[in-house]
Amino acid sequence: MKHIPVQQLSTSEMAALVDREEHDFADMQQRHFKARAKMSLENESLRASFLGASNFLVGKRQAMFPDTQQLERLRDRGEAIRQHSLNHLPELLERLEKNLTANGIQVHWAETAEPACQLIHTILNDNHAKTVVKGKSMVTEEIELNHYLEQRGIECLESDMGEYLVQLAKETPSHIIMPAIHKNKAQIARLMHTRATNSDGSDVPYSEDVDELIGNARAILRDKFMTADAGISGVNMAVANSGTLCLVENEGNGRMTTTAPKLHIAVSGIEKVVEDFSQVPDLLTLLTRSATGQKITTYFNMISSPKKPGEKDGPEQVHLVLVDNGRSRMFSHDTLKPTLQCIRCGACMNHCPVYARIGGHAYGSTYPGPIGQVVTPQIGGIEKHGDMLSACSLNGACGEACPVRIPLPQLIRELRAEAVNPDVDHVSADSIRQVFNSVKGRGAKRTVAESLIWRGWSLLHRQPGLYRLMTQLLSRGRKLMPARLGAWTESRTMPQAAPHSLHELARKRGLASQPVPGDNLTETSK
Amino acid sequence: MSSDNRDTGPRSARHYPARPKAVYLLGTCLVDSFYPQAGMDAISLLEREGVEVIFPQQQTCCGQPAYNSGYDEQARQVARQQLAAFAADIPVVVMMGSCAAMLHHDYPRLFAGEPEEAQARALAGRSYEFSEFMVNVLQLELTDNSRQPLTVALHTSCSARRSMRVAEQHKALLSSLSGVQLVEPQRATECCGFGGTFAVKQGDISAAMAKDKADNMAATGADMIVSGDCGCLMNIAGTLEKQGRAMPAKHLATLLWERSQ
Repeated sequence: MKHIPVQQLSTSEMAALVDREEHDFADMQQRHFKARAKMSLENESLRASFLGASNFLVGKRQAMFPDTQQLERLRDRGEAIRQHSLNHLPELLERLEKNLTANGIQVHWAETAEPACQLIHTILNDNHAKTVVKGKSMVTEEIELNHYLEQRGIECLESDMGEYLVQLAKETPSHIIMPAIHKNKAQIARLMHTRATNSDGSDVPYSEDVDELIGNARAILRDKFMTADAGISGVNMAVANSGTLCLVENEGNGRMTTTAPKLHIAVSGIEKVVEDFSQVPDLLTLLTRSATGQKITTYFNMISSPKKPGEKDGPEQVHLVLVDNGRSRMFSHDTLKPTLQCIRCGACMNHCPVYARIGGHAYGSTYPGPIGQVVTPQIGGIEKHGDMLSACSLNGACGEACPVRIPLPQLIRELRAEAVNPDVDHVSADSIRQVFNSVKGRGAKRTVAESLIWRGWSLLHRQPGLYRLMTQLLSRGRKLMPARLGAWTESRTMPQAAPHSLHELARKRGLASQPVPGDNLTETSK
Repeated sequence: MSSDNRDTGPRSARHYPARPKAVYLLGTCLVDSFYPQAGMDAISLLEREGVEVIFPQQQTCCGQPAYNSGYDEQARQVARQQLAAFAADIPVVVMMGSCAAMLHHDYPRLFAGEPEEAQARALAGRSYEFSEFMVNVLQLELTDNSRQPLTVALHTSCSARRSMRVAEQHKALLSSLSGVQLVEPQRATECCGFGGTFAVKQGDISAAMAKDKADNMAATGADMIVSGDCGCLMNIAGTLEKQGRAMPAKHLATLLWERSQ
């Protein structure tokens, strides 16, 4: 999209541009992965936004970890803490529920997205809540809570600046930490000017000044915090031993969401539990430094009970909704279990060269980037989300950046194997073991054509004679190679085979093909 | 071609054996057909060091393309052929970082629970990336015998950097050539967009990455691109050539041999 000088635009022209962006977004989400990726690659302002964000965030994180050895030790501890949680997950969740309940926090469990939304709706209804302010929460994006509640006449207002902008634009977050990172300053200015309304009903004046933009949103939100019937937030860590919900944020909106309204509903994936407070500092250190390159966030909320008698502030009721939504299936999978180690810092997407080029919306899922490629097919199934699995060069930058050492490239490869597994998933079938040790939609991406290609490839490469014949044909016929070869030659020249293969050259040089039996070759030379 | 490495950061240093009398050379299928001179130059370097080079004519491909695509059974069938071809207990010098990573990291996983598991583990333990073997096992010392000054833009592949962790070895070998000046491209640690079947399955994304890498390489103004992985070389050099700004591109072994003769 070309940058149009804003001075020349009237408010209605700006509104038309904003509408167009909304339409383009909706249109893009209708398409397949490849088409979405292509649209993103062709959008120059989008590419500039993501590449700029990647450079900025990678640099900031790097500056936070000047000592590599210290970083590696910290990652070891982070990984151990998360693995400890997963190794004791059922027991820790029980303990968490017991201690939260003792603290006066009501705990609910939801197996999938729909029951989770129903549960939250019921709590809101029971309290006659019609307006909700939301702190930033990816799990509520995952279960599409806003949509569910809005359809039932409950107003949900996102209070994180990025989420607020995305909601105004009628889009979804393009990054799990910076939801509106795909928008530039001018786009945000137009959005605020044409779609936001001040508390007194007046229009928000057009401004590209960042402080002014934030000031305007802040004023609008402040009013909502004071009047909302309920606040809904996410959870970064749930401490089992003390029954405490930890929430990390920078804008104070999390504090407002969880303290100003009478009712607070926290929503969390079941994997966010940690055993003890002693494990929190390491995870917090890793989270904020990896996510935004901060030593600590401006706010760190620890919620351990509703308002007690005699206290002035705080909600009268606090609820925690623990959402499974495919997580116990990940938990039961031999190799994909580390998926649940994730602390949602976003470092993997910041370091991913594919994400940096196509951005978050191209993935068409709540979670984009490498962790999105691992989580999404496991939650939503391979049939619907398996196409994103090929959008990875297995370069390993994500695995290297992950603060809790999730072997992301390995998991992506593992999911590719699941996607083409000949032993297809029959969820309705009898074997529990199969259901629990396979991914939803296993084998959904297996095609006859690709299977045949790999069978042929295997045949050529497991028979040395056949392989040598093929390489000879390739070198002898190198002048006959086609000038074009699919996607490769659209942006590259056709590589030309050498006149003689290394097999031939080595033979001509008289190199032995195998050591002489009995010759002691393991001894050292010189 | 990039390996799907499981490793997510340095943990422990690898233990290296004493200088052996003989080694196997695993050429890799890309070097075999497209960069055979790189293999021959590595052989010359090894022989000059007094190491006998054994080149199994039975070797084909490490199996990585199928493995990275999720076709484990086909990958295993081809990998079995390499287990047989490199059966003797001597080090295996691998001409590309990604194939070295396939042998060193992925074979034990590919054969986990299979009858060949122990064999695969043994092969993994004695497989070395070319520069790793030259630096860590042979402690190679080179004399630059070329009078021609040369600026080189080094592209260390992702698997060489992150799976085999030999980025320093690449630099050390090039730095030991007195007439060679190394120039660091922008975003040097980023993937060039090759990724094996990724370049075919996601052609648009791959091309966008390759274009950015080509821009960064061209911007260095270097005389030559050098890499230890031929997939990256093919990708970067092919992109530059298509854009009409071709740059010479060589495997690390070739430059080392040419200048130290």
